[in-house]
Amino acid sequence: MVVLSGDVEKLGPTSYSEPLVENPADATFYVRHLNFWYGDFNALTDVSLDVRKHAITAFIGPSGCGKSTFLRCLNRMNDLIAGTKVEGTLLFDQADIYGSGVDPVDLRRRVGMIFQQPNPFPQSIYDNVAYGPRLQGIRNKNELDAIVEKSLDKANLWKEVKGILNKNGLALSGGQQQRLCIARVLAVQPEVILMDEPCSAIDPTSVQKIEDLMHEIKDQVTIIIVTHNMQQAARVSDYTSFFLQEIAGEPAILVESGPTSEIFTNPIDQRTEDYITGRFG
Amino acid sequence: MSDETNRDLSAYPIEEPLSEEFVELEEFRHEEGELVDYQSDSDDLGTLDEAVEEDGGRNSFVDVLIGNVDADAPVGIDDQFVLGEEMPTGKLQLVTRQTQIKEFTLMSIFFACAIVAVLGVTLIFAFVAYKAFPIFTEVGIGNFLTGTEWSGTEGLFGIVPFIVGSFVVTIGALVIGAPLAVMTAVFMSELASPKIRSFVRPAVELLAGIPSVVYGFFGVVVVAPFIARLFGGVGFGPLTAWIILAIMIVPTIATLTEDALGAIPMGIREASFAMGANQWQTIYKVVLPAAKLGIIDAIILGMGRAIGETMAVLMVVGNAPQLFAGITAPISTLTSQIVLDMGYATGTQRTALFGMAAILFLISMSLVLFVRLLSRFGQEMSG
Repeated sequence: MVVLSGDVEKLGPTSYSEPLVENPADATFYVRHLNFWYGDFNALTDVSLDVRKHAITAFIGPSGCGKSTFLRCLNRMNDLIAGTKVEGTLLFDQADIYGSGVDPVDLRRRVGMIFQQPNPFPQSIYDNVAYGPRLQGIRNKNELDAIVEKSLDKANLWKEVKGILNKNGLALSGGQQQRLCIARVLAVQPEVILMDEPCSAIDPTSVQKIEDLMHEIKDQVTIIIVTHNMQQAARVSDYTSFFLQEIAGEPAILVESGPTSEIFTNPIDQRTEDYITGRFG
Repeated sequence: MSDETNRDLSAYPIEEPLSEEFVELEEFRHEEGELVDYQSDSDDLGTLDEAVEEDGGRNSFVDVLIGNVDADAPVGIDDQFVLGEEMPTGKLQLVTRQTQIKEFTLMSIFFACAIVAVLGVTLIFAFVAYKAFPIFTEVGIGNFLTGTEWSGTEGLFGIVPFIVGSFVVTIGALVIGAPLAVMTAVFMSELASPKIRSFVRPAVELLAGIPSVVYGFFGVVVVAPFIARLFGGVGFGPLTAWIILAIMIVPTIATLTEDALGAIPMGIREASFAMGANQWQTIYKVVLPAAKLGIIDAIILGMGRAIGETMAVLMVVGNAPQLFAGITAPISTLTSQIVLDMGYATGTQRTALFGMAAILFLISMSLVLFVRLLSRFGQEMSG
């Protein structure tokens, strides 16, 4: 497919089917020319991207393409790995995430995360959800009860667990555990939730419930989801970004970014088209 | 590459490869011209166990011996005959007699090794109990267990001072040593950089390798004079023993606690960080509670080490058969008193020493039993 250069906004190696914002205030995350290193290995190079407020953005791409690495830059989870380094501009709510003196703890409270493997604490369902509010100093039982119920309800889990709140979170099924983790994150009322392949380890019914709840909460929370499942990206997301590492050992790049409808029906880059039509390899 | 690369493999019907196999089998039957008759060996092949006995089958003798046979599950092509199917074995080799003998011999050797431990415990306990038995008639179990006076010359054999002494020394050592060890483990597992960890961990492990007489010597030469200067007296007593024993149990508790912490999935730490918890909150509210049972386990095993420790305690505890009367007043423990008296004791006193050994044995055994119950409880909790 040939694309006329006039249609394409380019920044670094990336094609954009919708121009990037001029003003950082117009994006929840404003990323420009981001480079990321694991030790000497340059894992991601020259990523520029906007994440729009109260929309669902999907990061897609083959395994090892740096999409999870990029996601983990957004709440500085990569800090937990020794020897990582970030360069470039990375603003959240107009503030420099990697600015000197920025407290990653406060950032993570505002930018929650769901992981591939459901990881409830080996504590009761109630304590799992109350963990975040308690960290913030909420001790009042009634207040906690209300937060727990509201969060579990938003996570489409309340009906299933309201009678067994004192049961260990690990006793739930994998899909329920993942929804418990979502409830746990919702309880701290984050502005953004990062989801790192949240549905790859759970049953289809729970996947459906999670996709439903994503739609239900997206007017309150900005969601970024990393997924291997292109149908899921097409179903749930408003914006899609396609990451790719073409040669092993070379840095990965952001190939294309834009509204999901554009990416899936009218991709600019041939590699994007190859990937979403499953002709990749 | 073709379109198929990204297609879900589970979409393929599972029968495909199987049916191929069946085609082959059918062809094979035709080629052979006749079917192998499984039923010829025996007319009555009702159960798998009988089948194994009959022809050695697919389950070797060892499998049967160690209970590795699931009688309900189909084990392989050979079992098909149980279901009344007729299948050829011509191409499959049967287990040879030689293999069976070899497996049985190996099995027997390993079994013999395992039985040594069981026999050891049984024989030692039987011996100690047998030697201690006259206590009932010569001293009386009441006088023995509740008497507070120990004097061989006066014929008084109350062991309360030693039981109290053992517990005082052990609990004191735990109060000092357990927090020290758990914090060491948290440091190694959660906080230290790999570089620092790489010399702290071997140091902790080396502590376990120091002979107890060396600890005792250190206590006599360094700790006791220091205590004497601080509190007066000779410096031999519970406090000195606590310090020495606390250091001695650190490696036991620290390494086991570190293992317990290491078994906590990284995911729940990440989850905690991702919720806006800091490192301390993550350790206190998530990691330590998750490892709780493992840590209690470690502390109880450290307790077992402390209560059974003899030489180092003997050298620093003062060795006076009297009730605990202060942190610097000399006392004696079950272990140290046994060693002290064993050399010369005769008659009833010797019997009393065996009685003390039996009591010590029971205490240690209940600790081990408690750990067992605890870990079973833990499995039920998480399972």
